Amino acid sequence: MNIAFTTKGTTWDAAMDPRFGRTDFFLIYDIDGDDLIEFDNRAIAAEAHGAGPQTAQKLFEFQPDILITGNGPGGNAARVLEQSAVKVFIGAGDMTVLEAYQAYQTGQLTEI
Amino acid sequence: MKIAIASGKGGTGKTTLATNLASYLAETGPVILVDLDVEEPNSGLFIHGRELAAETRYSLVPEWDADRCSFCGLCQTICNFNAIVDLGDRIMLFPELCHSCHACSELCPDEALPMKSRRIGRLRYIQAERLDFVESRLDIGQEQAVPLINQTLDFVGGRFRNGTLQLLDSPPGTACPAIAATRTADHVILVTEPTPFGLHDLKLAVATMQALDQPFSVVINRGGQTDNMIADYCKQQAIPVLAGFANDRRVAELYSRGRLIYDQLPEFKQQLAKIATFVTSQEGIKA
Repeated sequence: MNIAFTTKGTTWDAAMDPRFGRTDFFLIYDIDGDDLIEFDNRAIAAEAHGAGPQTAQKLFEFQPDILITGNGPGGNAARVLEQSAVKVFIGAGDMTVLEAYQAYQTGQLTEI
Repeated sequence: MKIAIASGKGGTGKTTLATNLASYLAETGPVILVDLDVEEPNSGLFIHGRELAAETRYSLVPEWDADRCSFCGLCQTICNFNAIVDLGDRIMLFPELCHSCHACSELCPDEALPMKSRRIGRLRYIQAERLDFVESRLDIGQEQAVPLINQTLDFVGGRFRNGTLQLLDSPPGTACPAIAATRTADHVILVTEPTPFGLHDLKLAVATMQALDQPFSVVINRGGQTDNMIADYCKQQAIPVLAGFANDRRVAELYSRGRLIYDQLPEFKQQLAKIATFVTSQEGIKA
């Protein structure tokens, strides 16, 4: 199972990025292989329009089962994510990645 | 002759100036007032008359033909506005992000993205007592104001004799809609107010006009007796200030009733006349 996080950095103690479309990085945690994969999304800062669908498309390619983020994807991004089976959990914008993972495990995040 | 009435900050009095100036100038010559603030047109609250034309307006956006598509991904790569997402087994289109540039449609090797028209809003042409008035209104949910602004300018250009005075009530800000509304004007009047926000956004509007190489001047609205921040800035930058309207509760009261101001308040009319004189002198230069 793969869990994706929107993050400001590439380690477990990095801060979460509360934004979806304009997140700096994704971290994809492969639970079965205990492997942490990073994806650098910072080029999105140069995009004036359509960051949401663009980022959602990138995430789509990783086919994560779970997305943990802060504020939640906007309308356009959500339309893309709806095409996959990913479950989206929000409310982790002020946490570190590790805290966000633990909050998910203990059922403290909201599924949308 | 085209005069755009614009501002950096919203709510500084563009529509108040545009409607009053248009009506005032129409007393002595033909004037077309054009409301290009298509996301929130409100000149029509003050100008009443007979509707001579009402047209639904469209823009072209791509439509995906699933049977033709080979999922090469080219469309997503070339779209400058992220309006296309290739999910490998289906293409998603975001028409509200599309700028109708046709690149995807033209370059698709499978001809799987034909352009189809899509309703974006309505244009109305109204003959008022003394002036002609054209306004366009973007449909709710539409995000692209520029195509409708350009179509409105084309309508006016095709309908009226070249050289008739056009006053363009422009959208606020300094983004694409404001640029589309002001870039073809012969002169741009920037309306602002002596507040920190007014000054801040005026500076952005000035920088935009300078980048566009557009001649411009400033009108100070809701001015006070003591606060000269706009006048000082304009003096320092050598920007002409055409007039200054005092902060007057009676203006707001008339405006809130959908009334014109200048025929009720002589002080207002006096300042308006200064702007009218400037506009007329510009026409002289142009002619």
